Amino acid sequence: MTSKTIQAGLALAMTGALSSVAFTASAQEDVQRGGTAVIHMISEQRILNPALRASTGVYNITGKIMEPLIDKSYDGYEPVLATEWSGSEDGKTITLKLREGVNWHDGKPFTCDDVAFSATELWRDLLNYSSALQANLESVDCPDPHTAVFNYSKPMPLELFVAAMPDLGHPVPKHLYEGTDILKNEHNTAPVGTGPFKFVEYQRGQYVLAEKNEDYWREGFPYLDRIVWRFIKDKSAAAAALEAGEVHESGFIGVSMADVDRFGKDDRFDVGTMGYENNVAHSTVEFNHRNPILADLKVRQAMYHGLDIDYAIDTIMYGFAKPGRGPVPSAGGVNYTDDVPTYDYDPELAKTLLDEAGYPVKEDGYRFQLRHRPAPWGEYTQLWAEYYAQAMREIGIDVQILTNDAPGFLNGVYRDHDFDTANGWHQFRSDPAVSTMVWLRSGQPEGTPWSNQFGWKSDEIDGMIDAAASELDVEKRAQQYHEIQARAMEELPVIFAIEHPFISVTSKKLRNHHNTPRWNSSSWYDLWLEQ
Amino acid sequence: MPPILTYALRRLVQAIPVVILIMIGTFLLLKLAPGDTVDALVGDMGGADAEFIARLRAEYGLDQPIWVQLWRYMTKLATFDFGWSFVYEQPVSTVLMDRLGTTLLLMAASLSIAFTVGIALGAIAARRAYSATDNMISVLGLVFYATPSFFLSLMLMLVFSVKLGWLPVGGIKTIAAFYTGWDHVWDVARHLIMPTAALSLIYLAFYMRLMRASVMEVADLDYVRTARAKGAREGRLMIHHIMRNALLPVVTLLGLQFSTVLGGSIVVETIFTLPGLGQLAYQSVVQRDMNTLMGIIFLCAIIVVVVNFITDLLYARLDSRIELA
Repeated sequence: MTSKTIQAGLALAMTGALSSVAFTASAQEDVQRGGTAVIHMISEQRILNPALRASTGVYNITGKIMEPLIDKSYDGYEPVLATEWSGSEDGKTITLKLREGVNWHDGKPFTCDDVAFSATELWRDLLNYSSALQANLESVDCPDPHTAVFNYSKPMPLELFVAAMPDLGHPVPKHLYEGTDILKNEHNTAPVGTGPFKFVEYQRGQYVLAEKNEDYWREGFPYLDRIVWRFIKDKSAAAAALEAGEVHESGFIGVSMADVDRFGKDDRFDVGTMGYENNVAHSTVEFNHRNPILADLKVRQAMYHGLDIDYAIDTIMYGFAKPGRGPVPSAGGVNYTDDVPTYDYDPELAKTLLDEAGYPVKEDGYRFQLRHRPAPWGEYTQLWAEYYAQAMREIGIDVQILTNDAPGFLNGVYRDHDFDTANGWHQFRSDPAVSTMVWLRSGQPEGTPWSNQFGWKSDEIDGMIDAAASELDVEKRAQQYHEIQARAMEELPVIFAIEHPFISVTSKKLRNHHNTPRWNSSSWYDLWLEQ
Repeated sequence: MPPILTYALRRLVQAIPVVILIMIGTFLLLKLAPGDTVDALVGDMGGADAEFIARLRAEYGLDQPIWVQLWRYMTKLATFDFGWSFVYEQPVSTVLMDRLGTTLLLMAASLSIAFTVGIALGAIAARRAYSATDNMISVLGLVFYATPSFFLSLMLMLVFSVKLGWLPVGGIKTIAAFYTGWDHVWDVARHLIMPTAALSLIYLAFYMRLMRASVMEVADLDYVRTARAKGAREGRLMIHHIMRNALLPVVTLLGLQFSTVLGGSIVVETIFTLPGLGQLAYQSVVQRDMNTLMGIIFLCAIIVVVVNFITDLLYARLDSRIELA
């Protein structure tokens, strides 16, 4: 372990600490304490344990009850349950200092034992996405109750570890989980954490209720007395609830795009994409490369040229999006580059390319037929699919849309490969290694959702992905990701057509809202309500 | 044994193979849908690795052939064990019982309003056939009948919650208020006003139209004329001579509708976020929660059988020419 890496960790930790102080100072002028914030949830998760289910639907609720070791603020990484972090020279050891004087909601102290237990029993073995990330984790040592040492069999970049922690680093209380069947533990639906709010009640299909933790380690926080998450499936009903003042916030585009637009013009609400920088997704066109027509690069290029991305952003996403530039979104920090090949809207060029590829227009007016499966993830995934089908018809490709619900879509695309093209979205999780690259890396086990099931294989890109995943030097690593992006834009295994963050509609009565890049998933200790 | 008991017993024995066939049929039909519970769960989670998915599938017994799954399910059902809901992480019977109350309350309230108000309006319309009153009632009835329930629900919500602020938008109670006693009852009642109205307004038109036609038909029959000639007053004529006979087809409809109200309540419960069986049924389909869905279907099959039985009894009571056999 060198002093250089320790300093890096400390510097990160310091900026985090300073920024949280700054927020507090500005907010304390006219803060009102108390009150109940009511939050709209469009879908319901049966599990309320972020150490078992990595999903924004879970963080949205449990982020207030259970805390990660490290969170993300607009100034960088913010220490939460870990106060300092550093990596050894060989990359095989990562050492964390843990916060002292923190208690679980049942009164027992939070120590390294909890972290070690969570990391080896849950994060490595049971947590989706994390099991790939932590696959090389050998053990976690506890030299003292407030120091945790992660030992890896292969180098683990500190940058990657830290970037993953906000989503994949929630400890659970060991004393409530040890010796039980972890998957069936009652606390998976009645979480016990260290966060600013304590779990009270979960009424399925209706709501989750949490109340203020009087013993919270951040002195004087939280401001709110209670938070209620209400499950409202119907988007119009959710919009009515917002308008009637019964609900204060609806995140992740929980109301229809037309309503988003309407609320944007209503001065009682804040509407925007702030607070989703860490949850950026891509609207895509995914090819089944087993289809010989689509295996032809010229055809894929032609299809990209046939898409009027700006038009789609304006009409379907009401301007809340930007053109995609490969697998890493612009929120990707140093790992992002926009220096990549692009494909302008040019239907004439598209037609020429298709002619050249040997697919002239036939008697029926089309060159060939494609069966397209859109993912049922909300309104604009469907609209984007319809636009795509229409745009393709204009360049002579007949696209038939096959609509499914979620299980039907996941089966049709990821298990049965029964499609020619598909579109969905793939959420970016802070670091390209965590989830982004699984779309390009070949050799994913059959049937794994959100992985490369498109039959795309490039030894070159596979090698580049593997190299970047264990590269310790931040700059070199960024360089490698830039190259992958450029190669992905050349080869077009997937069209990362549009980069879009999510959108929230928030009542202006809520204060200090959307002040972190993953706000809906964060702890809301500084959120308050104007009464 | 009194004849009614023999009759009830025979109906019960007849119902058993029907229910078994329904369960096997729906089980196989549901298996035709692409995807299973694990797919739906993984979809909600936002992805998982293949090993994780395979483990879940084995744990839920979904890796077995369909016939094995069916056999396991039916043997459990024979002991009235509805199994475990993987989506709700509770026994299906608990989930169903939690939801049954809300739905029965909603069904009973909206059907009885639709029935009583419907037959009253229908009778009035028939007695004043082709007058302005009749036209107004008929047109209103048609308008409600033609309005889709989701639209009617949203319009009610827009007017009474958003614009006027009189009624809560949805849910069954005010969550963080912790009301007890009569305050709680009043709170629940306020939450039920709009869903009940939305559901009953649609069904009301059925009863109204049917009652109107039925009354007009009966009013022309010879025995009514005879009664009138014998000097019976209009009120007595209406209640004793016309209504009793005119009610027969309307009661048939009530029996039939009991089973369709659950379908109607899917939409209403979803829009008003009422934790009832309708919403549960919809969610179970979307999440491929087979056990819960099968439990609901079983419950509905039983309700339909029981309601049919009661309808037959009512027939015999209303018209003594009909015998229970």
